[in-house]
Amino acid sequence: MKTDSRLEKVLAAGHLAVTSECGPPRGAQPDKVREKGRYLHGIVDAVNVTDNQTAMVRMSSLAASVLLKQEGLNPLYQLVTRDRNRLAMQADILGAYSLGIDTMLCLSGDHTKFGDHPMAMNVHDIDSIQLIQMVKAMRDEGIFQGGAEIKGAPKMFIGAAANPFADPFELRVLRLAKKIAAGADFIQTQCIFNVDKFEKWMEGVCARGLHKKCYILAGVTPIKSLGAARYMKTRVPGMDVPQEIVDRMASVPKEKQPEEGINICIETIERLKKVEGVAGFHIMAIDWEEKVKEIVERAGLLPRPQV
Amino acid sequence: MITAERKPLEELIEYVRPFKRILLLGCNECVTVCAAGGRKEVGLLASGLHMALLKSGSTIEIREHTLERQCDPEYVEELVPMIDGVDAIMSMACGCGVQELARRFKGKPVFPAVNTKFMGASERQGVWAERCQGCGDCLLGKTGGICPIARCAKQLMNGPCGGSTGGHCEIGDDVDCAWALIWERLKELGQEERFVEIMPAKDWRPGGGSGPRKIIREDLAE
Amino acid sequence: MDTFEPVIVAFCCHYCAYTAADMAGSQRLTYPSNVKIIRVPCSSKVDALHIVKAFEMGADGVYVAGCLEGDCHFKNGNTRAARMVDYVQKYMDEIGIERERLEMVMMSAGMGYRFAQVATEITEKIRKLGPSSIHAAICRQHVDTCAVVVE
Repeated sequence: MKTDSRLEKVLAAGHLAVTSECGPPRGAQPDKVREKGRYLHGIVDAVNVTDNQTAMVRMSSLAASVLLKQEGLNPLYQLVTRDRNRLAMQADILGAYSLGIDTMLCLSGDHTKFGDHPMAMNVHDIDSIQLIQMVKAMRDEGIFQGGAEIKGAPKMFIGAAANPFADPFELRVLRLAKKIAAGADFIQTQCIFNVDKFEKWMEGVCARGLHKKCYILAGVTPIKSLGAARYMKTRVPGMDVPQEIVDRMASVPKEKQPEEGINICIETIERLKKVEGVAGFHIMAIDWEEKVKEIVERAGLLPRPQV
Repeated sequence: MITAERKPLEELIEYVRPFKRILLLGCNECVTVCAAGGRKEVGLLASGLHMALLKSGSTIEIREHTLERQCDPEYVEELVPMIDGVDAIMSMACGCGVQELARRFKGKPVFPAVNTKFMGASERQGVWAERCQGCGDCLLGKTGGICPIARCAKQLMNGPCGGSTGGHCEIGDDVDCAWALIWERLKELGQEERFVEIMPAKDWRPGGGSGPRKIIREDLAE
Repeated sequence: MDTFEPVIVAFCCHYCAYTAADMAGSQRLTYPSNVKIIRVPCSSKVDALHIVKAFEMGADGVYVAGCLEGDCHFKNGNTRAARMVDYVQKYMDEIGIERERLEMVMMSAGMGYRFAQVATEITEKIRKLGPSSIHAAICRQHVDTCAVVVE
């Protein structure tokens, strides 16, 4: 074991891990975080706490992570390189670990163009892969980027993201390999709707033995409505929603669409369970945390293992 | 070259309104090539300022002149005989030119007529695109001659983000994904292995991280 | 205002509009004398500066006349001229001159009738718009010498 992370323990014990997501509120509303957390208590092994997702200002992922920790959940602290330089990131990592956070996800972040502060500077002092290297050096070598020794090294279980659906496809496995070489312990993928393409990507991953060096959690998202399906298909960069999914959402009346979205999600999990190298699932129920329990339960992933 | 674009006329009118005589000064270098501040643009702007001020009932004398290079003291020296006759200078050069004028002519207000944009190349007639951010530690040799610092919207140094689609950047279809370009080029060169190497975190000191930069060539410096 | 006679500058391509003007003359077609023709070797030789200077010196209207699309003697000079005219129109917005005072027209060398018609139409359009604000301002400054009566 590299860390005390509960997620690491679940994965190391060979269980299919389950993570979910909590987007912090756009205001100083700690109760909102606790409310979202309550839906996920005992349902998932760790809860991703997004860091100014879609480049919109929100409560800091660090603070929201701590709030979830106080509620007895295991926060998975997300950190994007867009908003902070390496001094600020290292400081926050020390702070997070001091407050009991031991699992994190290293990202570059959505471009500010998409958010509510398009006039802000994109920092990008380092990129996501260099962030992984930095966190690993802090943990394993106990050193800062500047070379000085850390008194009390933060033992973070290090995650990274992968999008099998972005272009150029042939770089997608190579980029994963770079993230793993940099020190990623686990990976959470972009939402999978096109399972065929994901399988093709996983073949490449397994052919290089990458699934043995790192835990890969397959990302899934329940679609709320036909509109949401269409939006993700056409508007979200790097998303691959096949036409069959859109058609299937369109084939049921509006009031049945949420249920259909959940059915699709569960079927996707069932199919993904059979794919070699999948070590768990990351369920991104955006502003729909109350449905995570149903999904996890119907997918046969409850109760969560006690490790 | 350094590229620039003329500022909105409205802003420039407010700069010159208090003055009777101004010197409108072009530059024969980069801003001429990118059609922002050469002799012709000086003429166009002088005419536009004249008309806009005339409409509001005021007149101004605009002396037009274009220097070979505004960012070099020896060329700026040429202006000495003209300076006493004007109340202010409006420069159509990049920010370097404007500052050189301000340094040389202590008592004269100096105003920029253009917004200095970026170091770029001409993609085709009338189109200029950013190519370099002057990071001070060129890595083009490792990236197939395409710069991820200047051309990736997130300055990613280790490959394309999850938003790269069909060769385009996630910020817009009119922006190429720098890493898609780099990968194509590395393949053409048979240098795919370069992609696998992790590029470590960049030292930004040569890129301005340690304050304003200066080059001193001992053999040339006086 | 009744006595207002607009000053209109027409930049005419030698290969089309200028020859069309000639033809209009030989066919005894009349067109307003307000239109002052400047012969250019191609409509693309007209520079933004020429147009802006014309307005600065008191022109009430300007048009650039080039060959029909696809018929430019120099391949695509006419379409380039049209783009330049768009560009100058935007500059006119900034200066505060109505963009309708500038136009790009296209015709062939044989269109004597069209030349006269365009000249008449544009003159009438400008007459309706009245003197350009620049022309008017020049007149306010030089009341004695200016032919146009303003207000």
